[in-house]
Amino acid sequence: MPMPTTDSSTVSPSVTVSPTIVLVGHGMVGQRFLEALAERGLTSTHRVVVLCEEPRPAYDRVHLTSYFSGTSADELSMTDMEFIEKHGIELRLGDPAESVDREARTVTARSGLTVSYDTLVLATGSYPFVPPVPGKDADGCFVYRTIEDLLAIEEWAKARATTGAVVGGGLLGLEAAGALKGLGLDAHIVEFAPRLMPVQVDDGGGAALLRTIEEMGLTVHTGAGTQEVLTGEDGAVTGMKLSNGSELAVDMVVFSAGVRPRDQLARDCGLEVGERGGIAVDASCRTVSDDRVFAIGECALAVDGRVYGLVAPGYEMAQTAAATIAREEAEFTGADLSTKLKLLGVDVASFGDAHGTADGCLDVVYSDSRAGLYKKLVVGRDGTLLGGILVGDAEAYGTLRALTGSVPPVSPESLVLPAGAAGGGAQLGPSALPDEAIICSCHNVTKGAIRGAVTDHQCVTVPEVKKCTKAGTGCGSCVKVLGQLVEAELEASGVEVDKGLCGCFGQTREELYEIVLALRVTSYRELLDRHGREEARGGDGCEICKPSVANMLATLAPAIGADAHVLDGEQSSLQDTNDHFLANLQKNGSYSVVPRIPGGEIAPEKLIVIGEIARDFGLYTKITGGQRIDMFGARVEQLPRIWARLVDAGFESGHAYGKSLRTVKSCVGSTWCRYGVQDSVRMAIDLELRYRGLRSPHKLKSAVSGCARECAEAQSKDFGVIATANGWNLYVGGNGGATPRHADLLAQDLSDAELVRLIDRFLMFYIRTADRLERTSVWLDRIPGGLDHVRDVVVHDSLGICDDLERLMAAHVAHYRDEWAAVLEDPEKLERFVSFVNAPETPDPTVAFVPERGQIKPNLPLLQIGIREMEGTATR
Amino acid sequence: MTTAVATAAASTLVGTFVQLRAGEDWLPVCHLDRLVPGRGVAALLPGGHQVAVFLDRAGRLHAVDNRDPFTGAAVLSRGLLGSHQGRPFVASPLLKQRFDLATGQCLDDETVRLTTYEVRAA
Ligand code: SRM
Ligand SMILES: Cc1cc2nc3c(=O)[nH]c(=O)nc-3n(C[C@H](O)[C@H](O)[C@H](O)COP(=O)(O)OP(=O)(O)OC[C@H]3O[C@@H](n4cnc5c(N)ncnc54)[C@H](O)[C@@H]3O)c2cc1C
Ligand code: SF4
Ligand code: FES
Repeated sequence: MPMPTTDSSTVSPSVTVSPTIVLVGHGMVGQRFLEALAERGLTSTHRVVVLCEEPRPAYDRVHLTSYFSGTSADELSMTDMEFIEKHGIELRLGDPAESVDREARTVTARSGLTVSYDTLVLATGSYPFVPPVPGKDADGCFVYRTIEDLLAIEEWAKARATTGAVVGGGLLGLEAAGALKGLGLDAHIVEFAPRLMPVQVDDGGGAALLRTIEEMGLTVHTGAGTQEVLTGEDGAVTGMKLSNGSELAVDMVVFSAGVRPRDQLARDCGLEVGERGGIAVDASCRTVSDDRVFAIGECALAVDGRVYGLVAPGYEMAQTAAATIAREEAEFTGADLSTKLKLLGVDVASFGDAHGTADGCLDVVYSDSRAGLYKKLVVGRDGTLLGGILVGDAEAYGTLRALTGSVPPVSPESLVLPAGAAGGGAQLGPSALPDEAIICSCHNVTKGAIRGAVTDHQCVTVPEVKKCTKAGTGCGSCVKVLGQLVEAELEASGVEVDKGLCGCFGQTREELYEIVLALRVTSYRELLDRHGREEARGGDGCEICKPSVANMLATLAPAIGADAHVLDGEQSSLQDTNDHFLANLQKNGSYSVVPRIPGGEIAPEKLIVIGEIARDFGLYTKITGGQRIDMFGARVEQLPRIWARLVDAGFESGHAYGKSLRTVKSCVGSTWCRYGVQDSVRMAIDLELRYRGLRSPHKLKSAVSGCARECAEAQSKDFGVIATANGWNLYVGGNGGATPRHADLLAQDLSDAELVRLIDRFLMFYIRTADRLERTSVWLDRIPGGLDHVRDVVVHDSLGICDDLERLMAAHVAHYRDEWAAVLEDPEKLERFVSFVNAPETPDPTVAFVPERGQIKPNLPLLQIGIREMEGTATR
Repeated sequence: MTTAVATAAASTLVGTFVQLRAGEDWLPVCHLDRLVPGRGVAALLPGGHQVAVFLDRAGRLHAVDNRDPFTGAAVLSRGLLGSHQGRPFVASPLLKQRFDLATGQCLDDETVRLTTYEVRAA
């Protein structure tokens, strides 16, 4: 790593022409300060020297834990060395400041270098607080603050530990405990307060959190202090003694009991510090003792008497200090401690006056500890929303935080009740927010400013608004609300919204489908180069249009004369990974295999074959919600061998991958059931075999019930069939999933032939006109005229296209071939099913499993707790 | 016009090997014709590192770490290639984050960057 240094060990002010700014500490806030200097052009008018204690330049401490989930130290880096070089910043790694002489205005570093400063900025951050208990320095005791700390923890855990304890059940403690668990240790959390995360949540929230965390297999001891760390003969940790008298046998201890400002350097040179630490500064972040010295970030005691342990307030201080040095007006008077994070997979958020400290305020609480849900709003006498706590579901955080300080337009009760609950479940969209509401708290951007970006600055996309306002470019937690606002504003101002499929095509999916069909375009390249947006022609396309076009080519292959198999020629380069491997990718890189079991009917021999295959390959098996069997945990190179056995036994691909027909579920029907009026199993099998392999804008599901009791749940399907005494009723547009919708009756008392003909037409009309990833339910609600229009088209042939639709379906049915069998017959396709191109026999060693309930489950190389957000909100 | 370039490049490279830089040496991993433009393959380095190697439409080779930093799974070679403002990227097959193939920079999260590897056809 390049490390610009000064060559002389003492630099006197007379030699330096330009005034010098010395920054002590190159952490997150220090780096932001350097950027703020550069933005104001101060790096060209000043010499800037940075003393950095750590062996590496600033990195993202907030995402430190993601190191354990595979993010490398390099990836955590926040410093672009080009930036440092371009601005001529003298960055001295591993060379901390040891003393400051304020009279002489010099700083001396460990290397002996003495630099004279005109302005000194302290950004020394915090150090982890370790309670003064006996044994705290034993081998096997750690803190959790730097990359070096993590490396040491990892090494010890791998070499000598099976059980670990974390002292402190706050935000960082839970992260550390999650990290230990991810390293394969049994983890204990010891928290002195009676609940977890005592600063952020109250007792109710703590209880919901506790339950969820315990369910994850962590052991929690609340209301217990650490009395002593016990050690063995070799001086290494063997256990812990708690204040409640109990003892834990552990091989390592991580202290995460809070942080303290690193203000020793400031104390030593006589700068004023607060009673409980922190370098005292004024509103412009200048120290109260010396107007040539500033302090920013976690080491500073802000003018409101607080030390902020969050990065967003630190960033604001960095801006303030840089602005003050540039002689601009700027103030940092305080920030609130709103936080939202995903800890070990649990959403936790608190905002505003979360603990209800205001006079006469009232609580509105919804709690369901069974589901791990806890929501509390703090409301003033006049109905003003003052703050709140959300555990288990923090979906509403963005909106609620922005509403804080105003009277919400609906009752507070309806804001905490779950959606669908009687009298509640109000979903407040961003349209309910006032213009002053802060949408992006990282950059203090109001709703009004975002609307302005659209109305006054002609921004028509979210990326443009981000660039123009900076909203959404910090922690990212506001991006969802941002998108909704931009869309609403565009619609309101009548701006023509780009309806194109993606950055490569200006056409909608429907328009592209018409082009492909009418012009018989069989190649993606040709489509892109002739019909793509000017700037995308000749390029590589993108991950949105490629699978979409591949999907169309597959549906239309027989009609336009395209290659028949999804892995033929160019088509193989367009498929999403599931279609490319004809299996479903799982979180650890392995795949699941789902053979078709039409109508859910299966003979015992075939069941046995599935059992044998799963046993022989060691696969996890599960009965799916679609009346068939899923086998999980196959590696790429095992797929063809599994298919070979399945195909031998008469199975074929179930198309669990791909946007295509999934299953046609059935009830037992008139053959066995005393109520059945038609043979629902036979009809389900017929339909499944007819439409198998049909690629469509989104997946297609179906079911057939033998009578109105509806045991097959046909009304929740894209096309559902229910037997009547006279034939079949056809329902369309049903959906389960996140937004369930009951299907609408399209036609009644149909004969077998009429039923099939109507479904043919319905499906092909949907495939032709729907948007990408639009289920039939959404499509039906979107298209002008809705159900009536669809009925006109497919029943009464109002557009005169029914012959075409039927012809297309007939071609599909006639050309269907099992995709697995086709691969097995083609050595060139088979060649692709390897983990490594240069070691075809070697299985991917990162795909590993551990036992659970007599089967396997993925042993994730990592723990997925790095993904979470947190922020501080400035109050104005 | 790029089509012509791609065919020319591909035809002059027939029979050539894709090679990855491993320390001082170049490690041949496969025949160039094993690569389909727009798709990747995974290669195993002697030290156990996994590298995702891609061929773009213009006939250029790219190599980045195979491990998806957002999930830890070694799957990036199975992602789809695209280009944005003329720069090729790969989208992770798991959660779809995009990575610039020349620099490794994640286009959806500026704090994340993949290691890139030197690769050539010879
Ligand atoms: C395996 C299965 C769960 C199970 O163990 O039972 C399952 C598993 C998945 N479902 Fe499902 N769904 C399964 C039945 C269902 C059902 C129930 C049903 O079909 O009767 C539903 C609700 C009904 C519906 O779809 O309307 C269902 C609603 C979803 C949704 C939400 C769809 C929506 O319109 O909102 C998704 C997400 C999507 O497709 O975008 C989804 C997506 C998925 C994916 C594909 C997610 C993914 O991309 O990895 C899962 C992959 C399966 C795999 O890797 O093998 N799955 N999924 C079920 C497979 C059925 C089968 O045999 O093919
Ligand atoms: C695991 C973890 C998770 C976190 N999660 C979040 C979160 O989700 N949200 C959030 O807002 N905050 C979070 N934080 C807090 C956040 O990281 C800090 O608020 C932020 O890093 C403060 O920045 P800073 O520059 O003030 O201090 P630091 O980033 O600590 O930087 C200070 C630097 O100064 C150096 N230094 C100290 N003394 C000297 C000296 N004498 N000479 C030279 N250099 C010196 C130190 O070595 C250090 O590199 C988390 C912290 C940790 C440890
Ligand atoms: S839907 Fe009717 S026929 Fe089918 S199983 Fe239920 S009761 Fe019997
Ligand atoms: S980026 Fe907008 S709130 Fe963080």
